[in-house]
Amino acid sequence: MTSPTLRIALSAGLACGLASAAAPDAQIHRGAYLVRIMGCADCHMPMKMGPKGPEPDLTRGLSGHPEAMAMPPAPEPKGPWLWAGAATNTAFAGPWGVSFAANLTPDGETGLGRWTEAEFLHIVRTGRHLGKGRPILPPMPIQSLQAASEADLKALFAYLQSQPAVRNRVPAALEPAASH
Amino acid sequence: MRLLLLLSAAILGTLPGMAGGPAGPRAPRLLSQTGLYLAPGRIDTRNRAYAPQYPLWSDGAAKSRWVRLPEGAAIDGRNEDAWSFPVGTKFWKEFRFHGRKVETRFLWHARRGTWIFASYAWNDAQTEATLVPAAGLPDVAEVAPGLRHSIPGTEDCRTCHGNGRTEVLGFTALQLSPDRDPRAIHGEPLRAGMLTLADLVAEGRLRHARPDLLARPPRIRAADPDARALLGYFAVNCGACHRTDHPIEGLDLDFRHTALGSGEPGLASIVDRPSQYPLPGEAPGSSRRLVPGDPDRSVVAYRMASRRPASQMPPLGSVLGDQEALARLRAWIAAGAPSR
Repeated sequence: MTSPTLRIALSAGLACGLASAAAPDAQIHRGAYLVRIMGCADCHMPMKMGPKGPEPDLTRGLSGHPEAMAMPPAPEPKGPWLWAGAATNTAFAGPWGVSFAANLTPDGETGLGRWTEAEFLHIVRTGRHLGKGRPILPPMPIQSLQAASEADLKALFAYLQSQPAVRNRVPAALEPAASH
Repeated sequence: MRLLLLLSAAILGTLPGMAGGPAGPRAPRLLSQTGLYLAPGRIDTRNRAYAPQYPLWSDGAAKSRWVRLPEGAAIDGRNEDAWSFPVGTKFWKEFRFHGRKVETRFLWHARRGTWIFASYAWNDAQTEATLVPAAGLPDVAEVAPGLRHSIPGTEDCRTCHGNGRTEVLGFTALQLSPDRDPRAIHGEPLRAGMLTLADLVAEGRLRHARPDLLARPPRIRAADPDARALLGYFAVNCGACHRTDHPIEGLDLDFRHTALGSGEPGLASIVDRPSQYPLPGEAPGSSRRLVPGDPDRSVVAYRMASRRPASQMPPLGSVLGDQEALARLRAWIAAGAPSR
């Protein structure tokens, strides 16, 4: 999804962010490690343009697509270039429509602050938005996350809940323009 | 997209504990081992057929349903919105398309606090049905040109059945009420011998219910017959997830029927209320769930009609939109009938 160079830059940036945020708890440390190696920040932490190119905006945490960033209509998905991504790497357009990276911070209104651990596991296992709704859309690699052990999923949840809450209401996913 | 869903399903199938846990009771491998039949094709007479007055839409499947309550045991009906079923209770629901049995779902209160969810896929000879993987079974029967019905996975079963205070959805005081809605969408006639609310009371199989349950039976409270039928439809097809007693975070939709209060909450939660889902061409935040007089600008009608992943409602259990329900809803909205 991202170039190797960009992925390395993101991982490095996130590692710095995690080092200061992780609590002295084995489960949270495990969750932080998983978030780093799974590249969750690649999409859930908005990127900004820095002096050396795109870099993760550490001030936003894993808050997903910025609420204030309204996207213009997506390009039509056709030809060998089938999908497109926003400069923030938080919005993606393709045959499925337009999907936006979710807010994974523990904000009670716009993130996962009110989720229980059981609900988080149910969401992953069902692969459904909020555990009840539409399928979680590409490019979220939900099938990879579903391969994680229950202990690792609980560690992920513990880590995400330990992070600072960021209020950011991510837009609802959109249908493909061709279906309108 | 399809590949992604299949991959997800395949991986889900490896998750442990989805049919009761490795150490707990498990669904048998064959439907014939669940207790539904006395002999091949012959239903055990202890299993009582019933027909809810508001059926769930399932791609137009014809359905038969049975319940077995353990000998001498009764439902605790003191909470009319959430009956408590005795351990050992079993439910079956058979789905048929084009006259052929496709799947039978099995819900079993195996032990206190443990309900087993299982689905069985019928063989080509229609002689036996086999337990499907926890991930479900995709594309088992064509329901329309190019559209195939899938047997849902266990987690999808729990998505609807695990939201309330009881896992049982179609066997309730409202669904069995003798005050049956003659305009219910896809309503099924009560056939001779089918179990009714009056039977349950008379046989002592429902205890602690309010004394006037049969004299003042459960009914959708609505201003007109169309609203009654539609709110009944919403209660069954939407109310398992959209309910304020167990809400989806950020949503205040409430379609469940409740015996409490003086009205149905559904209308107040949708009429002229803002929707988080923007209709095509409308700015985020400007769309409304239901606009009286304008079905084309009503998100509820748009999403009921959709079978595209980003907008389909209900999001699981069907690949085919319910055209009759949609036509009834659109006509009702166009007539401007809904009001707070």
